[in-house]
Amino acid sequence: MNIHEYQAKALFENYGVPVPKGAAATSVEGFVTALAQLPEGPTMVKSQIHAGGRGKGTFTDGFKGGVKFCRTKAEARDLAGKMLGNTLVTAQTGPAGRKVQTIYFTVASDIKKEYYLAILLDRATSRPVIVASTEGGVEIEKVAHQTPEKIFKVFVDPAYGLADFQVRDLIFQLGFTGAEAKNANRLIRALFKLYWETDAAMVEINPLITTPTGDVLALDAKVSFDDNALFRHPDILALRDLNEEDPKEIEASNHALNYIALDGTIACLVNGAGLAMSTMDIIKHFGGNPANFLDVGGGATKEQVVAAFKIILGDPNVKGIFVNIFGGIMDCNVIAAGIVQAVKDVGLKLPLVVRLEGNNVAAGKATLAQSGLTIVSGDSMADAAQKIVKLVA
Amino acid sequence: MAILITPETKILVQGITGDFGGRHARLSLDYGTKVVAGVTPGKGGQFFEHGAHRVPIFNSVPEAMRATGATVSAIFVPPPYAADAILEGVDAGLALVVAITEGIPVKDMIRVKRAMQGRPTRLVGPNCPGVVTPGAGPDSSGGCRIGIAPGYIHKKGHVGVVSRSGTLTYEAVYQLTTRGLGQSTCVGIGGDPVNGTSHLDVLKMFNDDPDTAGMIMIGEIGGTAEVDAARWLKANCRKPVAGFIAGATAPAGRRMGHAGAIVGGTEDTAAAKIAVFRECGIEVAVTPSDMADALIRAAAAKGVKLS
Repeated sequence: MNIHEYQAKALFENYGVPVPKGAAATSVEGFVTALAQLPEGPTMVKSQIHAGGRGKGTFTDGFKGGVKFCRTKAEARDLAGKMLGNTLVTAQTGPAGRKVQTIYFTVASDIKKEYYLAILLDRATSRPVIVASTEGGVEIEKVAHQTPEKIFKVFVDPAYGLADFQVRDLIFQLGFTGAEAKNANRLIRALFKLYWETDAAMVEINPLITTPTGDVLALDAKVSFDDNALFRHPDILALRDLNEEDPKEIEASNHALNYIALDGTIACLVNGAGLAMSTMDIIKHFGGNPANFLDVGGGATKEQVVAAFKIILGDPNVKGIFVNIFGGIMDCNVIAAGIVQAVKDVGLKLPLVVRLEGNNVAAGKATLAQSGLTIVSGDSMADAAQKIVKLVA
Repeated sequence: MAILITPETKILVQGITGDFGGRHARLSLDYGTKVVAGVTPGKGGQFFEHGAHRVPIFNSVPEAMRATGATVSAIFVPPPYAADAILEGVDAGLALVVAITEGIPVKDMIRVKRAMQGRPTRLVGPNCPGVVTPGAGPDSSGGCRIGIAPGYIHKKGHVGVVSRSGTLTYEAVYQLTTRGLGQSTCVGIGGDPVNGTSHLDVLKMFNDDPDTAGMIMIGEIGGTAEVDAARWLKANCRKPVAGFIAGATAPAGRRMGHAGAIVGGTEDTAAAKIAVFRECGIEVAVTPSDMADALIRAAAAKGVKLS
């Protein structure tokens, strides 16, 4: 689960990670109250959406920049009015963009130098890793590729926790001295505590800055959480913003289905995550384009299959449906009954190819054949994929 | 021979009184697997009954081990309690713990993995379909089935299968069986980012197993475990190996069902992994329908008999 920058920064403040003073607002009236909390002077206006590249983004009405520097609070209020309710398109949002529903105002800080700091899981060692760099405010992937010597890593032993010497070492490598070193030390520990205690999947500060007065501040904040651990963090779950999620994905999760919208024309309904991914791959392999990832899980019911059909048909780009089920334990006849029910319920007019294999498959195929519906049957994944690609072409 | 488990292996089921654990304990018993004990704290002294089977239930893993001689556990405990269940098995000194549970917090697994360092217990999973060593009976019955895989699609033989995904494992096994090729052991290592056993761990065991003539490795986007395994195979393994990677069309940054199946950088994409497979002499299955045929090609090229 992702949260907004303003929410992440509130969490930072709770844990003692210093951030520039800021306030969020969701309406034009709210701008006044929010700005009243900040001192007069240079102010940043930041669109709050769950996607990166906001500063370089463009709004659909042509207004440029989802993050703006303003000399005065009055100017900040004007620019915020142009962003709120407007749709911001960035490198990460896709062409549809995201509607900006919250604006975050912060004091514009004097920047001496920019750094990079993140904490995430290192899969190779199964340990948390702190990644830091002297090159902040730029794409960290580029730094890692072009100047790997400027990236520093600290692997944290989960049995002992983050050790003092590790933090000291990192601070020396980053070149901090004096007050900066002391402040950075405190910040890194606080950030690790936040990462560990909240079951974060990743915390990222880019840029982390030093100021001429020796302060070390998180200028940006990106935090995501391990979905599997949300059951023990109701306070964090409350930060979920459904406006940032695809309504079809929300509907799917209400039916315990795992759905992700993509931009192709062939909808897929599959059991199992690996099979669902490779069903998308095989569609592409034979020249088609998948419209979604959809895993109905290992024990799908008739109701879930019907719900799944309704969700995938909610995507106007869909021109055909590919059902790929390997019913190991799951009864193929249950799936077949669900398909027949769904096709009748929604009055399906689009081509449908079904590949059923596994437990009670003969009964499942008979149910499909006796339904009187136009359902194309595929023998193998490859055969079925070729058929659906041909039908939507 | 086989790896990890044989038809003689005695297993216990942690969470046998739950719906999920109970259902699969019954299927394993039907398959002929020696399910000798169940563990559910507070239900010790009761029995898990299924047909002629009467499996005793214990309050703890050590008690179950002492009374029945079980050496392997299957974990069906719900996610909030699963890490503790794994640790109980490790502390009791089980040879193998197979964690089926899906949805265990990553932090719990980070701690479990650290706590297991230096301990003799091997963990397979979590979030995995389990391990099957097929038997010699009809529909491969008489084998050892731990977890949730459909037993009947297997066939006793000499191909080793290792995979992060459940249904893709079944797909591969089914392709092998319908082509008359049996399996020595099939291992689902699970789709989570922190797991007990890697592709490489399993492939090393297959390489040392005289009963395994060739292997299919099924991977996904995310992480570098498949790449590490491929490089080791190139240097150390003469047996034919086929490989498949799911997720070529998955967009970066989106979690594709499995917590581990997420593209983070340029090195963990399907294309990058497939390129390393080719470079390491692994026969790449171009589609998931091609997994068994890819292994047959690899075996033919090396003059190895798979059946």
